[in-house]
Amino acid sequence: MIKGNFIDNLPKVYGIYTGGFLGFIIIMSIAEQMGMTAKTIGICFVAFTVAIYAIIGYLSRTAQADAYYVAGRQVPTVFNGMATAADWMSGASFVAMAGGIYFKGYGYMALLVGWTGGYVLVASLLAPYLRKFGCYTVPDFIGTRYGGNLTRFLAVVVLTVASFTYVTAQINATGTIASVALDIPFQYAVYVGLVSILLCSMLGGMRGVTWTQVAQYIVLIIAYLLPVFWISNKMGAGFFPHFMLADEVARIGELEQQFGFVANSKENLALVPKGLAGITKAHSAVNATPWAFISLALAMMMGTASLPHVMMRYFTTPSVKAARKSVGWSLFFIFLLYSSAPMLATLSKLSLIDPSLPTGIIGKSIAEVQSIDWYQNWNQANLMFVSDFNGNGTLELNEFFMGGKAVVLATPEIAGLPYVISGLVAAGGMAAAMSTADGLILAIANAISHDVYYKIIDPKAETAKRLVVARVLLVVIGFAGATIAAMEIQGILGSVIWAFDFAMSGLFFPLVLGVWWKRANREGAIAGMALGLISGAGYLIWVRNGGSGFLGITQLTFGIFGSAVSLVSMVVVSLITSEPSAATQKMVDEVRVPSGKSILGKQH
Amino acid sequence: MSKQEQHWGKSKALLIMTLAIWFVFSIGIFLFGAEMNEVTGPFGYPLTYWFTCQGSLGIFVILIFWFANRQEKIDEEFGFSERGDD
Repeated sequence: MIKGNFIDNLPKVYGIYTGGFLGFIIIMSIAEQMGMTAKTIGICFVAFTVAIYAIIGYLSRTAQADAYYVAGRQVPTVFNGMATAADWMSGASFVAMAGGIYFKGYGYMALLVGWTGGYVLVASLLAPYLRKFGCYTVPDFIGTRYGGNLTRFLAVVVLTVASFTYVTAQINATGTIASVALDIPFQYAVYVGLVSILLCSMLGGMRGVTWTQVAQYIVLIIAYLLPVFWISNKMGAGFFPHFMLADEVARIGELEQQFGFVANSKENLALVPKGLAGITKAHSAVNATPWAFISLALAMMMGTASLPHVMMRYFTTPSVKAARKSVGWSLFFIFLLYSSAPMLATLSKLSLIDPSLPTGIIGKSIAEVQSIDWYQNWNQANLMFVSDFNGNGTLELNEFFMGGKAVVLATPEIAGLPYVISGLVAAGGMAAAMSTADGLILAIANAISHDVYYKIIDPKAETAKRLVVARVLLVVIGFAGATIAAMEIQGILGSVIWAFDFAMSGLFFPLVLGVWWKRANREGAIAGMALGLISGAGYLIWVRNGGSGFLGITQLTFGIFGSAVSLVSMVVVSLITSEPSAATQKMVDEVRVPSGKSILGKQH
Repeated sequence: MSKQEQHWGKSKALLIMTLAIWFVFSIGIFLFGAEMNEVTGPFGYPLTYWFTCQGSLGIFVILIFWFANRQEKIDEEFGFSERGDD
């Protein structure tokens, strides 16, 4: 099926797939009417979708290097856009983003701006040029442009640090969803998640990951948008929420004024289960300083342009022109979800806090709230909590606490949607986390197998042997990630943001200057990568251990410091050492022109 | 000036223009976030809030497609575009 004319038949294949998935949702909702239990529905959704991905992964198996590393460079723009969107939107985007907006409002929305604006940098500064270069991996570009094994190796180090930080969070998310949907303990669920991830990528490498990511995008976008539109219509908030929620946003502002933000005492807050938060910040008002907002957005934008698992998606397009357009499509598909997250946060918040709505709980008696079915369910899942701090018997705004994930996971139930929607949301979250984890594990394994093993250790290795090494590494890295994820060291969102900061500290300027500054040389790149990563990591450790930081750079934006060090050291060291060879300069000239042969051959 | 230098000169000018627009909507306007939020924006949302939810995000999508088209025109002008694929 995935041969020859498969590429020409893509719209048809995925059209049938989408229809089949919608049909499956309808069958499940009929089954629910006929009395299928919530638990069975959850298992069906997750098992059915994961099985489909595994089949696609199997059908995409390959024994060719360019198919394994860059999907044969024949992925059409729009489909590559969908695959990138799935690659990009992780468990954090899907499960945690609406929650972050719900609790933190404006200050958090810097992430929305940052995670989209970064694509402008990808399209204009990097993607088309790296595509012209013809590399398999990001370190492949660094190693060839600057020359020498040390530059290549340092790029692999930065890539591994950033991607590994990111991937543990994603495996953690697949584990969380699998443990809820399949009702098994988290420690085992993590490995169930891992096996699902490896099924997609092991046999087909980039080709398998590409076609499963397209399938995963379709599942996750349906799973996100359907509930948002449904809830909005059911609440009477508007047929098309994105354009019609102005009154609801204004109403939340009124209620905030009416209730006021009452600060809780430390003793009271100690009673609240860990990880839950109350509403303490204005919904739509500006609640952060310009620098706090801008620095976070800037760090995320530069991080976006340095994350190898995103960049390598643009190596799979048929041409330079297609790579540019494909970035636009990627962002369009991301926009569909990101612009819906604030709407979901608005609907979720209003339905909970507006006393004039039947679902509103603020102002009701504590006993009444505690007897609501959905409250009991989510309280048991450790995602909701109420307590009568002031002893007046009624629930106040400052006495209601919720986990960030609950905004996406619980709102359908609160709004009275059938359980089939909750099953759908679980499948969507699983798709989001799996697709990102696949991209990340593949990025690390490919960099180590191609750049360290093939280019540095054994340049004469046969293709078959290279691909065996690549697959073994895939499994090893996956298990290492799952083992760390099982330890549950830190939250999903925190580690995702760190990954961006690590990537921008070490890779942003070496990549950008490699194309845009001919004078940049090997010594400069070595200094830029090494000092950037070390100073960024050092700043993070310093702030984590009670350091005060400077210029308002926090542990979430340490990449700004790291990349500044990287830029300065790269420029200074490049200028005090000799300029790159004529051959290298000619190579840069060729990269800047779309036509002609790529720098690296088709098989390399 | 060689053809290649002219091509790169035009590409650089396009890059600067693209990054300038990007800067305005990702950083510039948020310097005045508090003031701008007093104004009612599209669909009745407060203006800064609208930019963070939809405005800036949508502008980035359009900006990338605009950039890609302009760059293609520049490539064609100098005969540097690739043939027969998309």
